[in-house]
Amino acid sequence: MLVEQQKMESLAGRLVEEEVKGRSPWADARRRFVRNKAAMFGLVILVFVGAFALFGPYIAAWSIDELDFMVLGQVAELGGPSIETGHYFGTDDLGRDLFARVVQGTQISLMVGLVGAAIAVIVGTLWGAIAGYVGGATDNVMMRTVDILMAIPYMFVLILLLVMFGRSIAMLFFGIGLLSWLDMSRIVRGQTLSLKNMEYIEAARATGVSGFRIILRHIVPNLLGIVAVYATLLVPLMILTESFISFLGLGVQEPLTSWGALISEGAGTMQYGTLWQLLFPLFFFVITLFGFFFVGDGLRDALDPKDR
Amino acid sequence: MSELLRVEDLRVTFDIPRRGALPFAEPLHLRAVGGVDFTLNAGETLGIVGESGCGKSTLARALIRMVPGEGRVVWMGGDDLLAVSRRKMLSYRSEIQMIFQDPLAALNPRMTVGQIIAEPLRTHRPDLSSTEVKTRVKEMMDRVSLLPNQINRYPHEFSGGQCQRIGIARALIVEPKLIICDEPVSALDVSIQAQVINLLMRLQKELGLALIFIAHDLSVVRHISDRVMVLYLGRIMEIAEKHDLYANARHPYTQALMSAVPVPDPDIERTKDVIVLSGELPSPLDPPSGCVFRTRCPRAQALCAERDPVLEEKPSGRPGQRIACHFADET
Repeated sequence: MLVEQQKMESLAGRLVEEEVKGRSPWADARRRFVRNKAAMFGLVILVFVGAFALFGPYIAAWSIDELDFMVLGQVAELGGPSIETGHYFGTDDLGRDLFARVVQGTQISLMVGLVGAAIAVIVGTLWGAIAGYVGGATDNVMMRTVDILMAIPYMFVLILLLVMFGRSIAMLFFGIGLLSWLDMSRIVRGQTLSLKNMEYIEAARATGVSGFRIILRHIVPNLLGIVAVYATLLVPLMILTESFISFLGLGVQEPLTSWGALISEGAGTMQYGTLWQLLFPLFFFVITLFGFFFVGDGLRDALDPKDR
Repeated sequence: MSELLRVEDLRVTFDIPRRGALPFAEPLHLRAVGGVDFTLNAGETLGIVGESGCGKSTLARALIRMVPGEGRVVWMGGDDLLAVSRRKMLSYRSEIQMIFQDPLAALNPRMTVGQIIAEPLRTHRPDLSSTEVKTRVKEMMDRVSLLPNQINRYPHEFSGGQCQRIGIARALIVEPKLIICDEPVSALDVSIQAQVINLLMRLQKELGLALIFIAHDLSVVRHISDRVMVLYLGRIMEIAEKHDLYANARHPYTQALMSAVPVPDPDIERTKDVIVLSGELPSPLDPPSGCVFRTRCPRAQALCAERDPVLEEKPSGRPGQRIACHFADET
């Protein structure tokens, strides 16, 4: 009995003392996400593609600009995928190792997608949150600026930029960054307008918290759900844009390459029987887009409590 | 008793742009609060009652400059809260705190309870260390009957009554002198209402707080208030000590409100007279001339349309009972 009592007392003491760990809305969302099979499958694909881009260079037997003179001129007969020659994915039309080039293209394309989305998240979120929270004339000026930028045919401008200032990765990032945040800022502004009238924002204002603090502490964390969903759907969009530019022959400079450029080359030589030159880059391109769309869908289901 | 707050001729007018009008055209003026005078003493509870849309919440928000108001709001015989600079106002914001109607909506869902309660403290006392803040938060949680070990939980893990107590803890942490309660119990179950109200009354006694308590439930207001103000269309109809108002309502609007309170006795309930007001609350965009209540008043006469009644003591009222009616002494 005595032992029991001691146990009870220590338990009571612990109950009072020990701080209970709360379950945050983020933890809840993570749990829902992990339970979503399609989303987890998408995540596995993305991890695989990411690992391919990171560790591919160590596996590749050839570098991206080395010409294999053994297969040069007879690519269709000798340049096919094989383990013995070290060309796991075969070679391209000039006898360069396709495996190394796909790895390199994956790096560039993922980077374009991630940088574009990152710019959208940072600039778009702050721009939209400030416009929505401050309101009035500020809101008008900021959102009309977005409208004007949106009215410009961006693909045309992007192509002009690349033609005028030369084809470089920096210019590509600049051009894509310029347009990626516009939609984001609109979505964020709309969401901010509805958050702004919540009572906890009013409570913070009544107690004297400054406007900037309210945006960072109360508005942005409550926006992150929708931002995360939109950002994952934006990455494939950016990749598609870059691929389109590269497909036109404007994107990155040789010997660097990207998925779009590789697919373009592969499509060009399809008729000579070197189908692998099209299929390998296309495979990675397609599974990555699928992966991002699945993850984006999963995030939306996990973060939107109304849709559960 | 020392005077905490003196409100003189407080008016709140919203400009509503006319639909389809040019941007620089004269907008419509919505008079949400029109010329309100009252005083509030330290440690006192003032109940504000009135129907939806009569300007109760706007009045409360105008006091702390959450909506722009005109007139004077004198704090402890010194500064006019409506005239001081923004920076100066910041120091008064810790003296006046607010409790809101929807307990869950008033708490940021992404913050832990500890962070929520600490926010006013971190805003007004940046000199405090984080351990000191945490100790104070835990003390405050204990004070409002929340377990201090729940400090890391999130609002969605609490019930409505607990959430309202978190809101109370947040309001009390900076040791204010006045708390504005904007319908703090109307979203709660009746049993929880009693808990929250008793908690508020206990804390008020312990800390010497003054309360402005907005509600539309007359029995709740009767329980907690010292004085009660009846608002109609942004005007004070009647203001008096609680007992005087409930026993000797002089204004026809107050009488109608009182007669509508249900009595928990079927025999009385069946036989008592209920004054039913006809019509709707007039639009504050186009208030009636003279007395704003005249369109629904059973005692309205020609004089009511001509002259606005003054809020003053009447022979038939008790001392301190002020009534805005030309015919308060009849019947």
